[in-house]
Amino acid sequence: MSKFKDAGHLFRFAGLFVLLFVVFLVVRHFVVPKSFGKYGHYRADAIGEVAAHPAKFAGHETCEACHSDVADKKGKGKHAHVNCEACHGALVKVLPAPPPPTPNLYERMVALVIKPMPVDPPVLRHAEDPASVVPELPDTTVLCARCHTASAAKPKGFPQVVPADHSNGLACKTCHDPHSPAMDAGGTK
Amino acid sequence: MNISRRQMLILMPAAAIAWKAVLAGTPEQSPNYTMSEHWWGMLIDIPKCIGCGNCVRACATENDVPDGYFRTWVERYHVSDEDMTNPEVISPDGGKEGFPVAAEDDKKYFFVPKMCNHCADSPCTQVCPVGATFISPDGVVLIDQKYCLGCAYCVQACPYGCRYINPQKETAEKCTLCYHRITQGLTTACCEACPTGARQLVDLKDPKDPIHEFLKTHSVEVLKPQMATGAKAFYNGLDGSVR
Repeated sequence: MSKFKDAGHLFRFAGLFVLLFVVFLVVRHFVVPKSFGKYGHYRADAIGEVAAHPAKFAGHETCEACHSDVADKKGKGKHAHVNCEACHGALVKVLPAPPPPTPNLYERMVALVIKPMPVDPPVLRHAEDPASVVPELPDTTVLCARCHTASAAKPKGFPQVVPADHSNGLACKTCHDPHSPAMDAGGTK
Repeated sequence: MNISRRQMLILMPAAAIAWKAVLAGTPEQSPNYTMSEHWWGMLIDIPKCIGCGNCVRACATENDVPDGYFRTWVERYHVSDEDMTNPEVISPDGGKEGFPVAAEDDKKYFFVPKMCNHCADSPCTQVCPVGATFISPDGVVLIDQKYCLGCAYCVQACPYGCRYINPQKETAEKCTLCYHRITQGLTTACCEACPTGARQLVDLKDPKDPIHEFLKTHSVEVLKPQMATGAKAFYNGLDGSVR
């Protein structure tokens, strides 16, 4: 009499394990995103999604493409290294975050329960449509004071004033040209 | 060819694994950008910072940072002669609208801009239970907004306090080093808006980047070096009292 005459149930059990393993692999194939693990323990597609965020600051090169006269004047003055948008603000079209491409099953199910947040209409800025969108000129009383108000924490060589004593509330651009502010550099108005 | 049930059971998982490898692949985010050619960091030149808050405002605009949350902020240190190791630090609204100048005494004051250090051995990425935060191949610590559960382990793990949970999305957010900009050849929004050049985006893999010469010739430090995070925000002229 063979020792293994009743071993059939062992093989059935082993078969069940193999079957479950296959089921696990199939489920895993559909559940784990395709790009997961390409570079490490994360979804490589997420890198592209972060990179897809719309830029709002155009960059000074964009501004200088049209405003070469201002760039030339600024380049010779004390504000040569202050970029345009440091004072004028972000000048590219401000877009709401783009909707995610083709939601998967889980996301579609979630969307049935939780309504997606409404998407705001895009706000056009100057660099996107220079002809029709004219940026507001900054108020120099506030703008200049942000950098040039005297403070013990600022570097000693940095030009600083107490605005109330220096101009008595007068807008800075009354006397200084913001693009070339030094009085002795031909920057006076 | 006859395949037995046993062979079939062995082949199927193997085929599944092979098929998975075939399907793997990510769309290139920017046509002229190769991740392996860059290793990003930031140079913060403390003696140049004037505490104007331009970087904080620019970051909030560029990255839709909710009010009261910060991906970068500016601190003002006040160090007295008697107690050098316990500085008084303020950062009203992240320094967004500047700092109060009234009631300054004759002791030491200086500004310290703070942001994600994009650590090469970041503690925040190690604690994520779902693989939602990671160091990209070009050295930027990023968050997968679709995978993040909002458990906030990473918020606790960051020794520099650079992460927050977005109150609307309920997922973790942080400085992306303006990844959408640097992959297109632009600099970060904070660097673009900084009027004094106190912040400079650096690429450590670019041999022509002036950072190499700068690091060689200046006293440069990273924050909390004892934590061995491999921080890549290099501070020039960092005072010993800065935490």
